Amino acid sequence: MCVVEFRIDRRSGVATYLQIVQQTKQALRLGLLAPGDKLPTAKEVVAATAINPNTVLKAYRELDREGLVEARPGLGTFVRRSLARPGAAADSPLRAELADWMDRARAAGLDREDAAALVMSVLEAEFGDGSPSPAPHAHRTL
Amino acid sequence: MTDLTYQPDRTAVEAVGLGYKHWRGRALRDCSFRIPSGRVCGLVGPNGAGKSTLLALAAGLRRPTEGRIELLGHAPAHPAVRPHLGYLAQDKPLYPYLTVRETLRVGRELNPGRWDQGTAERVLGKGHVPFGRRIATLSGGQRTRVALALVFAKRPEILLLDEPMADLDPLVRHEMTAALMEAAAEHSTTVVMSSHVLASLEGVCDYLLLIAGGRVRLAGEVEDLLAAHSLVVGRNGAAGGEAAAPGGFVAGRPAGLAPHTVIEARTTGRQLTALVRAEGPVDGPWETAEPSLEELLLGYLRSPGAPSLLTPSAEPRARKAAA
Repeated sequence: MCVVEFRIDRRSGVATYLQIVQQTKQALRLGLLAPGDKLPTAKEVVAATAINPNTVLKAYRELDREGLVEARPGLGTFVRRSLARPGAAADSPLRAELADWMDRARAAGLDREDAAALVMSVLEAEFGDGSPSPAPHAHRTL
Repeated sequence: MTDLTYQPDRTAVEAVGLGYKHWRGRALRDCSFRIPSGRVCGLVGPNGAGKSTLLALAAGLRRPTEGRIELLGHAPAHPAVRPHLGYLAQDKPLYPYLTVRETLRVGRELNPGRWDQGTAERVLGKGHVPFGRRIATLSGGQRTRVALALVFAKRPEILLLDEPMADLDPLVRHEMTAALMEAAAEHSTTVVMSSHVLASLEGVCDYLLLIAGGRVRLAGEVEDLLAAHSLVVGRNGAAGGEAAAPGGFVAGRPAGLAPHTVIEARTTGRQLTALVRAEGPVDGPWETAEPSLEELLLGYLRSPGAPSLLTPSAEPRARKAAA
């Protein structure tokens, strides 16, 4: 029973195993994955995505190393710890306020890129530059 | 299942000084390499490089004229190897007058104890290949499916596939690649598959064997091969910025890149782009990045004179013992 599905973009320039790590973390952050949930087996992932099974296992080892999941021999890989904060859930007041802000930005004539630029600049001013998940193309400057 | 499928210390395929000469000339010369068990190895090279010859030698269908090739520690034709070996030739030979159902029965009868009918039907079923139809009446893509169903259902330890996906549409290719990866995950199968479509290997192969002109050019883990190279971009020539300044090159390679092995260098106006095998950090006014698999392979293919590279795991064990 799979709770998440991975999308692999072969042209993104991000290593495939990192895409799985990032997508798992994103699912943990959004609460799509919760402690006790079972991650899909390597066989299930490769059957859907046609990638090398060792890539999936490498991603799971990385998540294990970070203490987010644990491998139970013979059973599978399970979520140990959530990254979701109560304030960041899909139905939180903070999200509703942000959605409200987006509505006002659109009403003021901002398009998607204007709004994104504004959000990024405030984000950097408030939280600093060290974003937790690096921009996808950060390590490929060519 | 949480263990990686590969076993670095077990050798699936090993060649030492392998050469093959046929009436038209020499197809392979002095090929030495090793593929550890459980790897999915891409066999790449230009047309006529010797990919099909190498796979036929590995399958025991031809005898080497020099050197040797071994599978699981034995000659390919050894009775201990045969039941564990699956080989699919490029032309996908099947009996044209048998039906699909009869073809599967042949596979079952010829592989007692190993045959997995469920796998065969799964590979065929999704494509709606009618079991009652004769092979001769199937489309090219359907025939490829039947051929892949046969080799997958044998559940071999080593799977040798010669351009297996060449005549499949993108949807079926994705489905067949997924089936191949599923089989590799389930049985830790060692896969060696040739292709000249480089993009089709990205994300699929974790091991690589590049041959060109009958010789091994690159062999080893994809990750390690990529990490061993850098793509550098910078200003061509000296500080003056004149395009192709004569003083800018030392013995045919750009100054500043001297300690590194330059595989390929190209200049466009004032810009220099080079693929280098870095010996230590690349210093100087260069912008560096790790090449993509395609960039790495193209760089080597465009420079036939560049020195070969085998990572430690791709060095044959037998040669060390003999030395």
